[in-house]
Amino acid sequence: MDNERLSLPQYDIPEDIQNAVTITTLDRLYNWGRRSSVWPLMFGLACCAIEMIAAQASRYDMARFGMEVMRPTPRQADMMLVSGTVTKKMLPAIVRLYNQMPEPKYVVAMGACASGGGPFKEGYNVVAGIDKFLPVDVYIPGCPPTPQALIAGMIKLQEKIDKESIKKVRWYRKGPDTVEVPIPILGPDLIDPRRNQEIKAAAAQKATKESA
Amino acid sequence: MYGKGILKGLSVTAKRFWNTYWDDAVWFWRRITKGEKRYFSEEGVKHRSSKNARGIFTVQYPEEQLIIPEEFRYVPFLVYDEGAEGKQEIRCTSCGICAKVCPPQCIWIVRSNDPNTGRPIPAPTEFYIDADICMNCGFCAEYCPFDAIIMDHDFDIASYERNIYNLETLLKPASYYKSIRPTNYATAEAERKAKEAAKAAKAAGAAAPSAPAATP
Amino acid sequence: MAAPVSTQTVDLAARFPGAVTAEARPGYAGFIVEKDKLVEVATAIRDEFGFDLLTTVTAVDYLPEDKMEVVYHAYKTTGGPGLVFRVQVPRADPIEVPSLIDVWPGVDLQEREAWDLMGIRFSGHPDLRRILMWEGYEGHPLRKDWQEPFYEEDVKPFKSRWPEGKHVMAEEKNPFRDNVKFLENFDPEKWIPENEEMLYSSLKRYTVQSEDGMSTDRIVINMGPQHPSTHGVFRAALTLEGETIVGLKPVVGYLHRNHEKIGERNTFIQNMPYTDRLDYFNSMSNNLGYAIAVEKLMKIPVAERAEYIRVIMVELSRIQNHFIFIGMLLNDLGAMYTPALYAFEERELILDIFEAVAGSRMMCNYLRFGGVVRDVPEDVMQKIKGLVFERLPAKTDEMDRLLSENEVLVARLKGVHVIDGETAIKYSVTGPVLRAAGVPYDIRRADPYSIYDRFEFDVAMRPNGDLFDNYIIRLDEIRQSLRILQQAVKQIPDGPINSQKPQYQVRVPAGEAYGRIESPKGELGYYVVSNGKPNPWRYHVRAPSFVNITCLEQMCIGTKIADFVALLGVLDIVMGELDR
Repeated sequence: MDNERLSLPQYDIPEDIQNAVTITTLDRLYNWGRRSSVWPLMFGLACCAIEMIAAQASRYDMARFGMEVMRPTPRQADMMLVSGTVTKKMLPAIVRLYNQMPEPKYVVAMGACASGGGPFKEGYNVVAGIDKFLPVDVYIPGCPPTPQALIAGMIKLQEKIDKESIKKVRWYRKGPDTVEVPIPILGPDLIDPRRNQEIKAAAAQKATKESA
Repeated sequence: MYGKGILKGLSVTAKRFWNTYWDDAVWFWRRITKGEKRYFSEEGVKHRSSKNARGIFTVQYPEEQLIIPEEFRYVPFLVYDEGAEGKQEIRCTSCGICAKVCPPQCIWIVRSNDPNTGRPIPAPTEFYIDADICMNCGFCAEYCPFDAIIMDHDFDIASYERNIYNLETLLKPASYYKSIRPTNYATAEAERKAKEAAKAAKAAGAAAPSAPAATP
Repeated sequence: MAAPVSTQTVDLAARFPGAVTAEARPGYAGFIVEKDKLVEVATAIRDEFGFDLLTTVTAVDYLPEDKMEVVYHAYKTTGGPGLVFRVQVPRADPIEVPSLIDVWPGVDLQEREAWDLMGIRFSGHPDLRRILMWEGYEGHPLRKDWQEPFYEEDVKPFKSRWPEGKHVMAEEKNPFRDNVKFLENFDPEKWIPENEEMLYSSLKRYTVQSEDGMSTDRIVINMGPQHPSTHGVFRAALTLEGETIVGLKPVVGYLHRNHEKIGERNTFIQNMPYTDRLDYFNSMSNNLGYAIAVEKLMKIPVAERAEYIRVIMVELSRIQNHFIFIGMLLNDLGAMYTPALYAFEERELILDIFEAVAGSRMMCNYLRFGGVVRDVPEDVMQKIKGLVFERLPAKTDEMDRLLSENEVLVARLKGVHVIDGETAIKYSVTGPVLRAAGVPYDIRRADPYSIYDRFEFDVAMRPNGDLFDNYIIRLDEIRQSLRILQQAVKQIPDGPINSQKPQYQVRVPAGEAYGRIESPKGELGYYVVSNGKPNPWRYHVRAPSFVNITCLEQMCIGTKIADFVALLGVLDIVMGELDR
């Protein structure tokens, strides 16, 4: 246990018992536990996934951050590392995986493609950023981010976790999760059910524009 | 004999295991004799990324970092020269070659215009790079005739929102350029000087018979 | 530079007067076959002329001439130049071309791709569904008059970037404020999704009566797209009877990134970094294939030193690919992590070299038309020498010692049949899988490109075509690659690294070219059609992973479900290239 990080600085603990006693808040304890065992979902999409694997391998070794336990099932994962281009065809599966993850859950957009569409943004089968569907916590630019950049991003995520408070995080509130993501439908193009009315309106407008 | 192959394989893993401690001993000796440290030191990282690496291979980022080669490219930045009184002399002339050659078209440039004449001035008013589109290919830096856009080495740029850089965030001093890419900087400077000298010689030659031409 | 595809040896036009005419357009080669005679001519090409390996089927949309063209590239597995033949049909729906699936079953997925992206119906194809997009998708994206939702202009560079380039997200310009488009008056609430009925009906789910009178239900299971051992977002729909696979359909397209559509908008040089992202393990090989195709079109030589640098980089890339293959195969088999971690160590050292010369670990973007972008510095050359002469041979032997004799592994791999040579050729399988099935077909030897004819090496070949051979052939290939590297590193001359001046806009004369190389995964081909403008008119990638999975069904039927993971593993697919 890392006493320095856990203890609150304002309490003076006598030096001789510093290794045995710690005075802290529940929030800090909670965050310390969260940040030190972020289990990623074993889920690779594209090129970035290879760098993710490389970051798990011996040279970079994400185990040093307690992130080595890649879970192939979303039920056991804390973090979804969206590592690569999100295509429209893949999106329903990604949203389903996200919905299946237990809370607390974090999403990291790794690389340009996951963050904002990347070099393939103009393509017809590419989602222009996973943040259109999932709440992204950290964006890591780069194409692909090197393993070191990925680890730097993970440290950013840990910093974010450090600032959380049990009272404020969205998953311990009453009622359903504030971020409900309905599963998109593959129609003539990708249909986001949350935006049905908008799509309908835009399609109607298009019709009037073309007839005019 | 059944199991011979397994034992043979296990000998490999055992050797790797032994190497870890043997390497520790070797480095302990080196530390005593030469004062070289295995961890958190440049020579240690160099050793672990050389052909002689054995035993522990991990580079413990962020405490220590791999040695980044000069050609390494991440997201581009714009270079400015530090003029007198800390004035930023942006090298970019907004010629637009980088925006034209950029494969995913992630560079947006607004060219400056002279407010009086309406003629273009060689400087950008606005410059955007959408890092969420950028593919780090390095074409912009490769084809920039003025050495004004350079691929950065800084990869620790993760953020909590999308990354769209404007002129202000893109600008970095030439001294930074020199620090990350010393060889490139030296060759580019040499080329620039040669070009300027040729230009000056040409101007001098032209100036002799007729009146000096106005510098653009 | 590889020799252009020669048609001198084969005179199809004389053999089929009236049905076949020789190609007359400048820059083009091969023959134009009448639509109705296609199957007959193709059978003759296979049986009489000996072109047993049909590598590429693709379509080109000649919008100005109001024509659609289906282009076929056939080769001999004994080596030598190939044969191009094509069918031209008027560009009015429904566009129909007879399917060649009875002649070469390997065209299966490629014809489905052409149907999906170009809207060409292959009559006689038993399972003509969309492959990269989903069933129900509107339009055929690669047609030249089809525009995507974020369409800005036909060609790059876009005018909105300079000189008045205010940053605007593409979403803001789209009426739906997203990367989607719908027909007018589309109502999303009334849409009924297709639910993949066609996929499951193609699997034929039914109840069977077994011999002892018990009625059992065949079950359909889906593996993927999120599955730890499908190497990315690959999905297979399987029908099982007990543990035995009785039906299998690969479902791909989960990483379809519209490489070809984007590639046709890019300028020629802009495609280079995009090719990196095809087979993202081997960006150097991808670069080489594309560079060869365009250099063929441009008819330019390659600088001597650059040729050697290219070979060095590509072979290093092959070595790291095969190391990772072995590590990942063992991961799939359940030997979690140790071999993979060992493999990744060597890969990291090779990637260090790529990073030092090209600037990026994975996305090298290193080759240019006529050469390479920058020279290999002396210290990096020393590093390469250290790896090639000392470290990598030792580590290959170490990997060999670690695994090859392990009784558990041998028992798991030996005798599990992957594919035999004859079937492999029929299904257009290339690369190590074909060579492990006893067919010594390696393009580096069969149709040498770059400077491979100068090096001494053996084509790795194993006779049995089982899983073990597929594993061990990778080690053989690493050793052969090391042999090539040792020669190349010794022989590399000094000199310029590019025969051309660095330029961001190249002139490419009109015509077509098919550049192919032996990538670590098989035959990687680029079919490029230029019309003399700065952008390719057609840009097609013949990805080895994509064509190789055509035979997956053939390979897996009758085997146990537990072997499926290993069988998929030995095909060494990589989704970036498979789905493009």
